[in-house]
Amino acid sequence: MPKDNALSTSADTQRAVEQFLYAQAEILDERRWADWLALFTEDGKYWMPADPEQTTGERLPNIFYEDVYLMDMRIRRVEHPYAHSQMAGHRTSHTVSNVTIQNEDAASGDVVCTSRFHMVEYRRDDQRYFGGKYTHTLKKTDDGYRIFLQRVDIANVEGPFDYVMQVWL
Amino acid sequence: MPKDQNLDIGSLVEPGRVHKACYADEDVFEQELKNIFHKSWIYIGHESQVPNPGDYWTTWVGKERMIICRAEDGQVHVLYNRCPHRGALICNNLHGNSGNKKSFRCPYHAWQFAMDGSLRNLPMKQGYDGIIDLKDPQLQMKPAERQGNYRGFIFASLSEDGPDLETWLGGGKVAFDDICNRSPEGEAEIVANCFRIIQHSNWKIFLENQLDSVHPSITHHSTGDAAADMQKVYKEKTGEDAPMGYQFLADFTLPYEKWDSLDTIGYPNGHTVLEGYMGLRPTDAVTQAHEKVLTDAYGEDRMNEILDTKVHHVLVYPCLSVQPPLQQLRAVRPLAANKTLTEIWHFRLKGAPEGIYDRSLAYYYHVNAPSTMVNADDLNNFRACQDGLSLDGGGDWVSLHRNAGQDPVKDGVTTSVTGMSEQPMRNMFAAWKEYMAGSA
Repeated sequence: MPKDNALSTSADTQRAVEQFLYAQAEILDERRWADWLALFTEDGKYWMPADPEQTTGERLPNIFYEDVYLMDMRIRRVEHPYAHSQMAGHRTSHTVSNVTIQNEDAASGDVVCTSRFHMVEYRRDDQRYFGGKYTHTLKKTDDGYRIFLQRVDIANVEGPFDYVMQVWL
Repeated sequence: MPKDQNLDIGSLVEPGRVHKACYADEDVFEQELKNIFHKSWIYIGHESQVPNPGDYWTTWVGKERMIICRAEDGQVHVLYNRCPHRGALICNNLHGNSGNKKSFRCPYHAWQFAMDGSLRNLPMKQGYDGIIDLKDPQLQMKPAERQGNYRGFIFASLSEDGPDLETWLGGGKVAFDDICNRSPEGEAEIVANCFRIIQHSNWKIFLENQLDSVHPSITHHSTGDAAADMQKVYKEKTGEDAPMGYQFLADFTLPYEKWDSLDTIGYPNGHTVLEGYMGLRPTDAVTQAHEKVLTDAYGEDRMNEILDTKVHHVLVYPCLSVQPPLQQLRAVRPLAANKTLTEIWHFRLKGAPEGIYDRSLAYYYHVNAPSTMVNADDLNNFRACQDGLSLDGGGDWVSLHRNAGQDPVKDGVTTSVTGMSEQPMRNMFAAWKEYMAGSA
């Protein structure tokens, strides 16, 4: 059951958050990297824990734990002309659903929301499937929401991983 | 035997080249399991992986499923993961604890075993009265034929005979000495996280790549460039130097001449060392704090000796790739001729400053995590090699000619004339040939 405060958030907030998450998925699938970076606050982080019980990414092994600088590095690397493993038809398709507002701060408008995603990835004749849960901490700005923390808990967190993950899920 | 009946195993390895059947032939692979993985010592885990009685992890020796566990008396055991009753795997999870009773319990008929594998109990045992003694060895979980512990690193051998672990390791001991010596307590402690990655390629392709100094600047060009770019951006935007992890990645595109200036060392049994190339003894506060605790423990001369150990990478053939200065370890589990599982771990140095662990963690993240920008390109190459080597046409041999015939040999130890020599591959194949002939 959704928490009571999820029911008490306005339909406008629910819709704005959903639209933000859909837009984020489209940006990833269309590989619009400058737009991707712009989704995050200056101190924002993308985090995929290595253990579902983790409550922090600091000083612990993680699958992804990247600030905007490391994300910028990853973009430069996948777009580099010599990134031989990343060439030719690397595509993803995300579906985001079950969007639930867990908390909305009355004063700031900041939101914590959870959602579920499915993602298929196609690369070099192989298609892979990922699924999991997003937990977004969104800061409300004059220019709409920005991601302060995106936590991604994938269903197959323990692996083994067949190949690796090169862009964000 | 290889499908090409004209080939025998001994003819697959020549001084400067090896036959593609070494990598792609399933029959050769089966013989490797029998002659190499079941004869040598295979790394199972670190004793700190099972800190409490009842703790266990499961892993592989060749295709055999094994358990490492700690008994109530504190002893660490390595057992075959097989119920002696009907043959089911006893531990079906990657790791766990056997519970309050410190017993493994088979999920099929509830046979219960102590952590040393001995049968403790089973339901309705009167059905065996007068038929077989429940203490009969065939009714116990079988321990590995031999078990060894070198400075906390546990190995098993599925062969009753052969050299003891320390003798077998020989010069390869530096992999563990250079980890443990960096701790003021002389001990490492494993971080309880195992990244597991499947490679669609032969196990030897991975090991060969680890000491291949020609490939980094080429294979990892994109990552090295991106990291070097971001070091500048980071400095411009924050006024501070980028974190050390950026340098780990930028180092992959060192110029050829730098790689060529390194040394490699080939020990008996295929153990092989690549000299250090990373500047891991900077003058920052973390390094100074590390120097201090080591000096307090061992004195200044010994501290310098320890921190100046010039080892980047050690292969403990056939099962491990170890990077001691960064406390990384990758275990190689061959599943098929064209499929290999790697189990990737890192360690803390007991008593060392927290910042030393941060370095280890940064390397673990950037190079060994399932999001690594480094191995992404290696894995792509490994698969391309395997796919090419699996073809019937286009040629039969793999070239290992670089500086062949020039490797200096002294007292059974081979060195290289240049860091880019393919001496490490030749050293591993010399051991391979001996194992496969049954003479190692």
